[in-house]
Amino acid sequence: MSAHRASLYSEESMKVLSRETPPELESVPPTQPIPPVRTIVLDRAPEPVRPPEQREAVRRALDADGPERLRLEDVSVAYSQKVAVRSVSLSIHQGEVLALIGPSGCGKTTLLRTLNRLTELTPSAARGGRIVLDGQDIHDLEDTALRARVAMVFQQPNPFPMSIFDNVAFALREQSRRRPRRPELEPLVVDALRRAGLYEEVKDDLHRPALRLSGGQQQRLCIARAIAPRPEVLLMDEPCSALDPISTGVIEELIHELRRDLAVVIVTHNLAQAQRVADKVAFMYLGDLVEYGPARQVFEQPRAPRTRDYVRGAFG
Amino acid sequence: MSSTFVSDSLAAIPPRRGRRSSLRTWRWSDRLVLLAAWVAGLSLCAITAAIILYMGYRGVQYLRPGLIFSRPQVSKDQAGSGGFLDPLIGTALLTLIGIAIAAPMAICSALWIVEYGHGGRTRQFLTRIVESSIEIVAGTPDIVIALFGLAIFQLHILAFVSFVGEGGGVYGKSFLAAGAMMSLIALPPLFVATRDGLQAVPAHMREAAFALGKTRIATIRRVLLPSVRANIATGITLGVSRIIADTAIVLVLLGETLRTEPQGGVPGLGVLRGTGSTLTSYVYENSPAGEGAAPQKAYAAAVVLMLFVLVLNLAVEWITRAQARSSGSIAIAGGIV
Repeated sequence: MSAHRASLYSEESMKVLSRETPPELESVPPTQPIPPVRTIVLDRAPEPVRPPEQREAVRRALDADGPERLRLEDVSVAYSQKVAVRSVSLSIHQGEVLALIGPSGCGKTTLLRTLNRLTELTPSAARGGRIVLDGQDIHDLEDTALRARVAMVFQQPNPFPMSIFDNVAFALREQSRRRPRRPELEPLVVDALRRAGLYEEVKDDLHRPALRLSGGQQQRLCIARAIAPRPEVLLMDEPCSALDPISTGVIEELIHELRRDLAVVIVTHNLAQAQRVADKVAFMYLGDLVEYGPARQVFEQPRAPRTRDYVRGAFG
Repeated sequence: MSSTFVSDSLAAIPPRRGRRSSLRTWRWSDRLVLLAAWVAGLSLCAITAAIILYMGYRGVQYLRPGLIFSRPQVSKDQAGSGGFLDPLIGTALLTLIGIAIAAPMAICSALWIVEYGHGGRTRQFLTRIVESSIEIVAGTPDIVIALFGLAIFQLHILAFVSFVGEGGGVYGKSFLAAGAMMSLIALPPLFVATRDGLQAVPAHMREAAFALGKTRIATIRRVLLPSVRANIATGITLGVSRIIADTAIVLVLLGETLRTEPQGGVPGLGVLRGTGSTLTSYVYENSPAGEGAAPQKAYAAAVVLMLFVLVLNLAVEWITRAQARSSGSIAIAGGIV
């Protein structure tokens, strides 16, 4: 078998390939089926997230600039001596998806984690500048309160080893207290699961372990968990990079739905994904914010040469 | 060979190969080492089997249900010396006291070390000190721990732990004193099991909780502790098996009375302050090594003791496997990620 495979690209086999029927096929009766293990079946074709014209309509309806949620003024972040983000100023509005794009190590994840002060868990990290959430400097907020208002979804689906219900309920409960009890939480949990598009799939048994779900379902559970306390901003750190194309499509669709209620900031490596989901795009390179603007403009008429090269795939 | 040209080229399964290279190609020294490994492994199995079979035989010979339910009696001959109900209760009581002290200490110190112990140089220094202290405790012979315990509990200020003897000196031997020292025996395995479990919880699990606006304490209580339940159970089981197998502390700190002798008027507390025995000290006293009054009963008690240890070992095995199997466990989640 392997010898045959090795000869596949030899001259002889190329000749065999170019013939109309390979000799092996002639010797095999045509009725013999290919063993099912070796066939790959796509049960449904990947669907486009939403027809472009419909997306445009939604975009217009939502108004180009909704109310401002987050404002970044000269935000810099450094890990001891190394500057990861250099004086970035941005404005994030409700009803829009902002995609942070850029090559690895450009500081986009660091910037994202700064928005809910998760960088503070790294002892060496220091931040400069101001981040304003609805008129309040986030530095003046209790970090736990801030993180309930600026929720986050991670690259790896990371549900807790509890039931589906408890995963969402945990986000709603006051710190470590068990109160409020299950019956009071039930409608809120169901609502969050429904908004995350997961409820129909799990409604039969909300009490089964979350880790039994598929990767895509786990990620939607994480989204449900994040949006359960009704945050104002949702941060997503490459939420689809560990998922298959179909799950990715479902989540991209979900992002579109979610931005009606909140501002979404998504970090992505995947330029095509940024094109599909983003309304605004910020391109970062080596810690600098190089370009920020409407998605179409950044992708089609980039102003900075570095953006142009990156968007065209010249580097990255 | 293959069904079709297409499937063959698309998904050729590599052919099954021989298990490994023939022994004949090995160097002589390597063959010798392999032989030694086999001999060592098999002889360990043989030794274990011999112990279990011999004790099983003795158990069938001497172990009677009546022994378990009757108290020891002072007697010249074996027939009148009663059973070992008191030592059984003593073992259970010591285990309870030991674990009740060791478990919170071990879990809390493991939590502190993993969750709080690595911010800044002072904390790292403290972490190292805590870890090496526990290692030193783990490496101290139990007879040394026992003597140290005796020195402490004979202090006048700690007279409430045991009782004051006739001459006015503090006796220093009681269930409480022995239990407190037993907790030192049980603490290291419990600590290590909990710490390793916590370290195996992936960092993104903590971040997920923090990102939901949870405090560190809430994360520990609702996410981390439930995740390491199986590790804690394993640690407790290991600690229990170390406590019930220990002899030195019992001999030094439990006062060598075969029957539990309560001290003082308060019923429950009196037992804790009083002296007694455990299965290990019972075996020792009745074997030819001790008083030698009832060697057959020593065997019977030894069989019971060994059964306990075997069951506990099986329990550890079972907990570990159940943890690996259940998809709700952290170990699996960490393995996939």
